[in-house]
Amino acid sequence: MNMLNVSVNKDEETILRLCDLYERRGYMKYKMSKFEEYDFYMENKSFLQSKNILTFSDPSGKLMALKPDITLSIIKNIKDSEKEPEKVYYKENVYRVVKGGQEFREIMQMGLECIGDIDLYTMGEVICLAVRSLQTVSEQFILDVSHVGVTAALLDAAGLQDVARKKMTSSIGAKNSDEIRILCRQYEVDKALTESIVGLSGIYGSFKSAIEKAESYCVNDTMREAMRELKEVYRVLESMDCAENVNLDFSIVNDMDYYSGVIFQGFIKGIPVEVLYGGRYDNLLHRMDKKGQAIGFAVYLGQLEQYETEEKEFDVDVLIRYDEDDDPVKIAETADAALKLGRSVRVQKSSESSLRAKQYISVKDGSENLG
Amino acid sequence: MVEFINIALPKGRLGEKAYALFEQIGYGCPSILENNRKLIFENEDCGVRYFWAKPSDVSIYVERGAADIGIVGKDILLEYGSDVYELLDLGMGKCCMAVAGPKGMRIDSGRTLRVATKFPNIAREYYSKLSREIDIIKLNGSIEIAPLLNLSDVIVDIVETGTTLLENNLEKLEEIVSISARLISNKVSYKFKNRQIEDIVEKVKGLL
Repeated sequence: MNMLNVSVNKDEETILRLCDLYERRGYMKYKMSKFEEYDFYMENKSFLQSKNILTFSDPSGKLMALKPDITLSIIKNIKDSEKEPEKVYYKENVYRVVKGGQEFREIMQMGLECIGDIDLYTMGEVICLAVRSLQTVSEQFILDVSHVGVTAALLDAAGLQDVARKKMTSSIGAKNSDEIRILCRQYEVDKALTESIVGLSGIYGSFKSAIEKAESYCVNDTMREAMRELKEVYRVLESMDCAENVNLDFSIVNDMDYYSGVIFQGFIKGIPVEVLYGGRYDNLLHRMDKKGQAIGFAVYLGQLEQYETEEKEFDVDVLIRYDEDDDPVKIAETADAALKLGRSVRVQKSSESSLRAKQYISVKDGSENLG
Repeated sequence: MVEFINIALPKGRLGEKAYALFEQIGYGCPSILENNRKLIFENEDCGVRYFWAKPSDVSIYVERGAADIGIVGKDILLEYGSDVYELLDLGMGKCCMAVAGPKGMRIDSGRTLRVATKFPNIAREYYSKLSREIDIIKLNGSIEIAPLLNLSDVIVDIVETGTTLLENNLEKLEEIVSISARLISNKVSYKFKNRQIEDIVEKVKGLL
């Protein structure tokens, strides 16, 4: 992969591999400007994970924002043709305050969107690409899947709306069964439904081992229909040979106003937060007056920076030292000899260096000493 | 290769009580009881590593994955809004978050209420629900003296037995929320070390 003598970080290498992965599946690179009008985000504020937006005035005095999110811009600009789906991927910096943080960060994000007629195969393809994306980083990964339809239908059945729904969603997200029971009592949810909510939020395990138990908590046809869709998608994943590390977890509750259908999150062992996030977002599409359906995901590459643990042993292959009285031509020849051997070379006068080189030679020793 | 489960315990009585639970379910680590200045303790046999942390830092260690699970008061979770799984209410360290003020005090609703507290987020949320304008004075300890010195009108703090309040001529005015110790887990650790964490949770649940 790395034919050039350039130190490639894990995240830089990952970016190239991901580009390759997506282009091989016919997703086109989508490049866009760094800015968007501030108003655009105000209209869609609740879709954003972080409500803080970096703003500035453009020369005409218009209030602009550095992009905190890419999906919104793609939806806005894309043609919602019924004939042909849009399959795109992007690699952009986004600017937002990370969870729990105090300041703005520039975060490299890659993602993939498929907008058009989304059928079972397409869902399988996108989720499979999510799995392959994680695999690109590490073999020790997990992709958790859930279905908004399941949780939404259950909360509807329990009659939980607005504040009550918000509280319940957050307790489900924390797998906090004690709190769920307290809330159910408070909002007079009946016993069977309470057990379903507690049961579903507590489920965790490989898709195969957990789905049956999950189905037993279904209380109506909407839930059963959603489960059926999950199972169908899983069958497609199996046929693509990427179902192995797929787990079932109904405590993933992305914003239900925007997401619909299958949602998922990806994790890498050793990174304490999710690195991939996605799902069906038909609702968002419709809110932005576009027709059709959509599914996509984003990979947060900023997290991978911490993941790289291997430290390079050497900064350079050969460190060549010279003195005041050395002939510049001789210095150049020595360096050239090392370069011709394919080594990386650092030439400097002082003998003190904080760099770590595989070999240290002086011009007086001559290039014969190059091992 | 044993994969260690890292457990963050809050320094102090609560942490010691919580450790006793872990010991009972077979996750003991005898060296932890030795009286020395070490902060990290391992027991390779049962693959467990404990460390003591400042109680208010436990949720940070867990959220950022330095600890897989931890024991922490609900007050800390509410104050910091930690993104973790809250797997079990241990029912220990019970107390409540309350508003307290000088005995017999009448809250003047005509002006901004001065609130001294270690828990600005909890106080802010509570009063914003009541649509009350408040001036938060963040203190780090000895909250009780704030109303005595007229630094604040009331305090928002943890009330256990109420003795400290009583001794300072204060009383509980309103209860905000009840508090107890929780067993929390890092969300990603829960997935990769699911079997071990579930085992611990089930066994601890059996003791309660």
